[in-house]
Amino acid sequence: MKPSPFTYHRPETLEEALATLADVGGDGKVLAGGQSLLPLLSMRLAAPAHLVDIGRLRGLAHVTRDDGGVRVGALARHAEVERDAGAAAAQPLLRRALRLVAHPTIRNRGTTVGSIAHADPSGEMTAVLALLRGSVVLASASGRREVAAADFFVGPLESALRPGELALEARFPAAPARSGSAFVELARRHGDYAVCGVGAVVVLDERGAVASARTSYVSMGPVPEVLDLTADAPPSGADLADSAAWRAAGARTAALLEPDADIHATADYRRHLGRVLTARALAEAAGRARAAARAPEPEEALRA
Amino acid sequence: MPEQVLPVALTVNGAAHRVQVPSRRLLSDCLRHDLRLTGTHVGCEHGVCGACTVLLDGVPVRSCLVLAASADGAEVTTVEGLGTEEALSPEQQAFRECHALQCGFCTPGFLTTVRAYLDDHPDPTEEEAREAVAGNLCRCTGYQGIVRAVLRAAEIRREREVAP
Repeated sequence: MKPSPFTYHRPETLEEALATLADVGGDGKVLAGGQSLLPLLSMRLAAPAHLVDIGRLRGLAHVTRDDGGVRVGALARHAEVERDAGAAAAQPLLRRALRLVAHPTIRNRGTTVGSIAHADPSGEMTAVLALLRGSVVLASASGRREVAAADFFVGPLESALRPGELALEARFPAAPARSGSAFVELARRHGDYAVCGVGAVVVLDERGAVASARTSYVSMGPVPEVLDLTADAPPSGADLADSAAWRAAGARTAALLEPDADIHATADYRRHLGRVLTARALAEAAGRARAAARAPEPEEALRA
Repeated sequence: MPEQVLPVALTVNGAAHRVQVPSRRLLSDCLRHDLRLTGTHVGCEHGVCGACTVLLDGVPVRSCLVLAASADGAEVTTVEGLGTEEALSPEQQAFRECHALQCGFCTPGFLTTVRAYLDDHPDPTEEEAREAVAGNLCRCTGYQGIVRAVLRAAEIRREREVAP
């Protein structure tokens, strides 16, 4: 198994990279960490004529926290985002989900933006970006545009990226007040592709009732589906941190998700996991939201 | 169209090398074919088995998932750089003591992974040791010996620090 031949480009500046991508158009592919692309090349599922390696553009390796949340540059490795204390404080779901992305050896090389651009519906970070209503900044020789996650993921391994474009940065909104998040998944071994994964964010109102309960999914459809399960949240007085209280929300997913069968699981088993893991993820998120609402400090201070 | 060939400079186990390789050459193949360092084993060639794990600028990566061209200018440590037959590294000694290998095919990837892991986590629990090697496949041992070897390697490192 070897990649088919290609012409390798290693630009030293972003302008050079964008000019090269404009030049090669649809025959070109951006290489960042390569942890998704190299297997595709080796198995010859992809055979681009030109690879544009952005490995020298260290200016794109930023993980920046600002008022809006966390901005992750195209060359920031998963491991760098995972370690970043500022990112974990502003949006705790990042670190929680990143710990489930493959194995540490892969996270040392793979980039967060690269896995989002890869748009694999079994990728945790695609689900996180969709759940948080984040966005991706795309650059080309003719300018930049920002695409919301809801519009970015088009299908399995298919994104809104056009030929000649480079995914420059992913933007993850910060966690709001009185909110909590969780990411739970079932995989054969820790680090393997999840059979089913669920990200959850619960926001409470000032009286401690559920104001919003949303989930997104890994390996449960062609794109990272986001569900609003607020209507099925537990009534006031229920123990929000108990997954039994979220049984109705879990049950609702069976009607909303249409997972496929594969060698690892039947569609029915996936639907079952969707029900159970949704309730668990929401309970975990709600427990954190409750702690955040009670504490004078935001959730991150407790969990970091 | 003739295949593109690129100059690549690598420092491997402390020695500087310059090679001319096709742009599609994987780092794993560059080490084995061009530099004749066959300690790095190639198993699945798509990032699943971990046999080809090397340290790239000190950090463990799958060498089958890195192009040699992308590694231009980098420092690589392979299993050959961990220890010698006369002076085994702590990981190597521990794997031998704990019977953490049978056929040995996966072992170089385990050894490099464990070296980097213990650099960051000098005193792992058994559960942590198990998770540390979860990304490496072994089809012989059943992992019990390997997990013991990770803990034993941590112990040997501490012993050697006290009495070098």
